[in-house]
Amino acid sequence: MILDGKAPTGQVDTSWDRYREEMKLVNPSNKRKYKIIVVGSGLAGGAGAASLGELGYNVDCFCYQDSPRRAHSIAAQGGINAAKNYPSDGDSIYRLFYDTVKGGDFRSREADVWRLAQVSNNIIDQCVAQGIPFARDYAGYLDNRSFGGAQVSRTFYARGQTGQQLLLGAYSALSRQIKNKTVTMHPRTEMLDLVVVDGVAKGITVRNLMTGEIESHWGDAVILATGGYVNVFNLSTNAMGSSVTAIWKAVKKGAYIANPCYTQIHPTCIPVHGEHQSKLTLMSESLRNDGRIWVPKNAADCEKHPSEIPEEDRDYYLERKYPSYGNLAPRDISSRSAKEACDDGRGVGEGKRGVFLDFEEAIKRVGKKTIQERYGNLFDMYEKITDENGYERPMRIYPAPHYNMGGLWVDYECQSNIPGLFVLGEANFSVHGANRLGASALMQGLADGYFVIPYTIAPYLASIRNPGAVKEDHPEFKKSVEGVETQIDKLLAIKGKKTVSELHKQLGNIMWENVGMARNDASLKNALKLIPELRDEFWNNVNVPGSGKDLNQQLENAGRLADFLEFAEVLTEDALNREESCGGHFRTEHQTDEGEAMRDDENFSYVAAWEFKGVGVKPELHKEPLKFERVKLAVRSYK
Amino acid sequence: MDLTLHVWRQKGPQDKGKLETYPAKNVSPDMSFLEMLDEVNDGLIKSGKDPIAFDHDCREGICGMCSQVINGRPHGKQEKTTVCQLHMRQYNDGDEIFIEPWRAKAFPIQKDLIVDRSSLDVIMQAGGYTSCHTGGVDDANAMLIPKPTADYAMDAAECIGCGACIAACPNSSAMLFTSAKVAQLAALPQGKPEARKRVLAMTQAILDEGFGNCTNHYECEAACPKGISVKFIAKLNREYLKTMIPTSTDA
Repeated sequence: MILDGKAPTGQVDTSWDRYREEMKLVNPSNKRKYKIIVVGSGLAGGAGAASLGELGYNVDCFCYQDSPRRAHSIAAQGGINAAKNYPSDGDSIYRLFYDTVKGGDFRSREADVWRLAQVSNNIIDQCVAQGIPFARDYAGYLDNRSFGGAQVSRTFYARGQTGQQLLLGAYSALSRQIKNKTVTMHPRTEMLDLVVVDGVAKGITVRNLMTGEIESHWGDAVILATGGYVNVFNLSTNAMGSSVTAIWKAVKKGAYIANPCYTQIHPTCIPVHGEHQSKLTLMSESLRNDGRIWVPKNAADCEKHPSEIPEEDRDYYLERKYPSYGNLAPRDISSRSAKEACDDGRGVGEGKRGVFLDFEEAIKRVGKKTIQERYGNLFDMYEKITDENGYERPMRIYPAPHYNMGGLWVDYECQSNIPGLFVLGEANFSVHGANRLGASALMQGLADGYFVIPYTIAPYLASIRNPGAVKEDHPEFKKSVEGVETQIDKLLAIKGKKTVSELHKQLGNIMWENVGMARNDASLKNALKLIPELRDEFWNNVNVPGSGKDLNQQLENAGRLADFLEFAEVLTEDALNREESCGGHFRTEHQTDEGEAMRDDENFSYVAAWEFKGVGVKPELHKEPLKFERVKLAVRSYK
Repeated sequence: MDLTLHVWRQKGPQDKGKLETYPAKNVSPDMSFLEMLDEVNDGLIKSGKDPIAFDHDCREGICGMCSQVINGRPHGKQEKTTVCQLHMRQYNDGDEIFIEPWRAKAFPIQKDLIVDRSSLDVIMQAGGYTSCHTGGVDDANAMLIPKPTADYAMDAAECIGCGACIAACPNSSAMLFTSAKVAQLAALPQGKPEARKRVLAMTQAILDEGFGNCTNHYECEAACPKGISVKFIAKLNREYLKTMIPTSTDA
């Protein structure tokens, strides 16, 4: 089937304005007749729930953490992009749009990206009005820094905790609506099924994580803003509770998952150490504003203390290969270059899987105090984890799974192929193409939540004749609850020999080794053999202790892993199907002589949306052709 | 290294609870405290016992979910460090470690080391925001905020809402937590219009939720993983006092 993203036709620059002028509205006194379910309370979900509540809809918001303030958006460090052009360095909506399309290796939908760039400026205004203390200069004006893939300074930041501050802004807006009783918050509650009635999303089934109770909630529309799935690699920068579960349950009810193979491996993370590690920690990309990345030129120098390696024996490989962007080359390119250097035997640290991020030159240039002011908390965090002082010797970093550009397929209105199911933020696929630029995730989450969904949900709601007609007494809800209970009983009855975390590590190894930074036909086919074997082992040999009737963290993790074990296969199928390299998806068969990604626009300029056909059954591919009218397709060069 | 853990075990909110002792063997100094507990839990599961329930999520010291009192100190002995960022190199072979949940009337224990901190959300709902609408706001540079003011607000805004300040306080007072938000918003032009209303509503919520009063022990600042200063409590008190002075609109 050929999918239609329903982007407005005609000139891209005016598409969002025209959409808003022509869309159907819900009149103010009718809004209170509708109930909207929002799953997730991060930047997209929190901002969306607050804005929809403020408009007058009844909103029920769910999160698995004990408070909406803890969603993993909080961990974003570096900043948020906007086309304000405050520094007068040549920025514009067009440039932010173009950089995002190019950064995504020409695999995103033009109109969606234009809208994102256009509303980016409103986001900064909104956040300042909420009292978010962005960095400012002594005269009182907002400060900017640069991020990868851009030649302008358009990133706004709040020390190294921009995500935290933006999330707390959304949380405060949400708190205000909770107080006003327009939003009902359900913390410590995990969505375990999507309820679809006659092909339309009408509610969710959840588990109360404190009491174990399985409950149903109806809604005239369901919004999923449940973040990312890169914990499929086990070790990642995601929170321990981040999972594919919510969107996977939707996939099993018929929602298409688009471009799942577009996973982002972030170049600047603290390298893995030992066998017991539970997660990886990111060091913000903003560090690359001042830090220089290098490895020894000679493998023989790798064991030496970095200060003993003279300047001429150092390979500042990003500056060498990409002189115009240097250390601020986009993430996919920086990550692959780090891998190449280490594969070449020139890595440093444990297992020689690391490269240096060196601040010596920057400290000489601006002084230690300025560096401390800019990145102090990151240096502290680095020291706590590694026991090394980043001011005195270069940090060691290595790429780690961080983000997914893929997600549930949505049209221009952020609506999935299931009517009534909307998807926001990282959970959808729409704007980042095959690679996301730094400081664009915060931008997208808040754009979707504050400025897109409050508009684009209205036409759908206006089309519903009888809001609230389907409630929890509908047989589909009962069926859904029974399904969830059956799965929980099944997991608890296995009583095998392996713990959930042991099996998750195994899945992570399969994915990282075969479907990681470099993929090829053989490795992907190998993964497709190993994943079902591991899934069988899981269902026969996992040990989930305790009962389903109270707080049981092992049971929560087991359910999430069960979904990863099904989803991993679709991710791999997508990677196998995409016989080209683009952005974060690098097929070793498709590269230039210089080792750069080689796209195949003739055959793969489409969104791959996969329809679930059963566990272990090959999913069905649907295509949405990508059209480029405002930008010209070009080889993505950062040289 | 080998350690002996004494861990608070409590089946549910109504259960009495008690300390139980477990060995932690072959602990690597590079492990985080929570990774050490992960290993202990895998061992407990394999020997047919119930693993220790504890809150955690981001494991990079920012979400505020982790919450354990270690040898009597919230988040353990390392300064300005959450439990998830505490590493085992801080301990020595043979150490005995006592692990307990946050203890405060306003934080009822749910299971083992997990407590209910929703009272902090209630304080925020009372007034921890500016009442701006989505959209229809001024340009971000329309009101200038000098760097020292922005820095002051940011120092306060770093609070992660973990509740360690309350667990550390002999009175279980929520003053540091509340003052951080009051001070952040009172310092900024965007927060000033509602400053009076906010401080009254948030301090009332503290009382309603069963937190104690501040008697200047400063244990909160010592325990805070983000180093939030008690100077913000002084700011809160000033903001509170200001509400007693009649303004022109009171007449």
